[in-house]
Amino acid sequence: MELSGAEILVQFLKDEGVEYVFGYPGGSVLHIYDELYKQDEIKHILVRHEQAAAHAADGYARTSGKPGVVLVTSGPGVTNAVTGIATAYMDSIPMVVITGQVPTAVIGSDAFQEVDTVGITRPCSKHNFLVKDARDLAVTLKKAFHLATTGRPGPVVVDVPKDVTDPNVKIPYSYPESVSMRSYNPKVKGNARQIRRAVELILSARRPIIYSGGGVILSGAAESLTELARLLEIPVTSTLMGLGGYPASDRQFLGMLGMHGTYEANMAMHECDVLIAIGARFDDRVTGKIEQFCPDARIIHVDIDPASISKTVKVDVPIVGDVDSVLTDMLQLLRSSERRLDPEELKEWWALIERWRSANCLAYERDSELIKPQFVVEKLWEITAGDAFVSTDVGQHQMWSAQFYRFDRPGRFVTSGGLGTMGFGLPAAMGIQFANPGRDVACITGEGSIQMCIQELSTCFQYMLPLKIVNLNNRYLGMVRQWQEFFYGSRYSHSYMDALPDFVKLAESYGHVGMRIEKPAEVEDALKEAFALKERLVFLDFITDQTENVYPMIAAGKAHHEMEMSPKSVLI
Amino acid sequence: MRHIISILLENEAGALSRVAGLFSARGYNIESLSVAPTEDPSLSRMTLVTRGSDEIVEQITKQLNKLVDVVKLLDLTEGSHIEREMMLIKVRVGNGGEREEVKRLADIFRGNIIDVSPASYVIELTGDGDKLDAFIQALGGITILETVRCGSMGIARGEKSLHL
Repeated sequence: MELSGAEILVQFLKDEGVEYVFGYPGGSVLHIYDELYKQDEIKHILVRHEQAAAHAADGYARTSGKPGVVLVTSGPGVTNAVTGIATAYMDSIPMVVITGQVPTAVIGSDAFQEVDTVGITRPCSKHNFLVKDARDLAVTLKKAFHLATTGRPGPVVVDVPKDVTDPNVKIPYSYPESVSMRSYNPKVKGNARQIRRAVELILSARRPIIYSGGGVILSGAAESLTELARLLEIPVTSTLMGLGGYPASDRQFLGMLGMHGTYEANMAMHECDVLIAIGARFDDRVTGKIEQFCPDARIIHVDIDPASISKTVKVDVPIVGDVDSVLTDMLQLLRSSERRLDPEELKEWWALIERWRSANCLAYERDSELIKPQFVVEKLWEITAGDAFVSTDVGQHQMWSAQFYRFDRPGRFVTSGGLGTMGFGLPAAMGIQFANPGRDVACITGEGSIQMCIQELSTCFQYMLPLKIVNLNNRYLGMVRQWQEFFYGSRYSHSYMDALPDFVKLAESYGHVGMRIEKPAEVEDALKEAFALKERLVFLDFITDQTENVYPMIAAGKAHHEMEMSPKSVLI
Repeated sequence: MRHIISILLENEAGALSRVAGLFSARGYNIESLSVAPTEDPSLSRMTLVTRGSDEIVEQITKQLNKLVDVVKLLDLTEGSHIEREMMLIKVRVGNGGEREEVKRLADIFRGNIIDVSPASYVIELTGDGDKLDAFIQALGGITILETVRCGSMGIARGEKSLHL
């Protein structure tokens, strides 16, 4: 089959089983867009800003199990997408980003809309390629999909100069079924001896805890994790990225850990004697002060990325491998043995945990005349029966979402954990809705974050995406305000949001439904009404208490047991 | 501690900048770096000298291994190895005394004078970094016009080898 570069690119995407491409046209990708026009197998979603294309592909990837695909033009198309690429990179999300480039003959001449795409994206992508010859296009794209989806997943950028997609140059094409790269062979299976050592250590524990991360979600290991925890009756805490990896409504779940983790989770981390870290990377928001991190614990760490192991915290039993594969091997060992943890010790451990739990660290004022943001998230959880897909932006609302929407299933919570990208929520929700038509998708956001990609309301109208936007509007950049209150003598430097738009009218002008909710008594009905509108996007502008803070909180540089507690929690 | 790391990497555009970029992005230091294609033109061999605690060097090797272009890697410091560096040094030799002196020094250090002009010599010298430093020291009052050093190259002793 003789095809042009542009035809090859589009045909390859079809052969690869790509359903959606999130993108924005421009000069250097016009040949490709012309090919997209001639077919209807691949659906192209036109965003309003390239950052949103990457976030939408990200949300799609996180909830479909397939890599997200982005198509943008050269120069500003690329630089706009960089935030989205970096977001996906920090959270290990499989994504292939196809970028247009100026023709090979003028690369390096500061041509119109030229940037050094491979240079700019090198530190924020798993790998990148510049395709200089159309004959390399198919194999390079195959490598990109292979790299993006295997090992520790991540975004891969393929830069395609305009002449490479020239419609007048035809070359042979056949779909490369597989690629092999001598320098890239990620390890899937964990070392059997290390796994035995880990099981031994777990069985000898008196105060064990599982610290589960995003790797559990990415590897599809939620079931194995749940089985392991239940079999051994070990408490489970999770990172922001790992939420849903173990059912949040289960008694063995202690909630999220770290900076805004629960009292019980952080205390259990501090007191544990064996820490089982699974697909987590000991991020600074999780560990707090490194020198006092889990002071009495011996640490087992399962991760597919060897570079994640002993990066910040030295571990005792490292296991490099795919989380699900390693957990399956562990379970097999455990099932074939009668040995279990000492029941008396375990009972004492649980008694201690229950005592911490009784501090009720997430308590907040329930009889306020102002809408408490936590209350909105709780009601959202109730009304959606805990089964909605939830994306968030970044800040206080993100933490309240993590604390109060109890995720019982993996892949339901979509948030920018590593990079902390404001503006992520709305475009990510679009991607989620494309991957899950007919399902409830909520974007929990704030009036600061939502304005960073608000233009995507237009995309939502074009494709009639019935998202529910839950805007926790406190007229402040809440997390900044909270830090300024705690650590900067309440000097609220540029954290107040003045001159906000009328979000109801704004939503309406984009063709959507807008609601403003100002009283706690109206919260439930408003949410019900919004979710009853199955075909429409509803923008719910909740006017919330301006002074509410996220608790508990571990200040930067403090250890797990040094939490700042809510005035409403019970001191124990 | 000083580590000398040998790397086989894909001989592709951008591979070198991936390695260099990794070091600058993560705040590791590079003391020297030398790279050229091997007998297999699809592979480059790089020798990289860095300094850091054991933990940092462990991270460096892990992060290097993570780069898709890195095919194989060996920390030569872990075993016995040979290290060489080459220097080309141009000195001013205006009078007979200086010419004699430099010739004698080059002989002592087993260097070769590879270019001669009425007022200058270029000396080629190979050895480990210390030896090259010592030669520069030994030049004493002789005016150095320029020095070019290639950075350390290393290879393991015995049968141990870094190959595919």
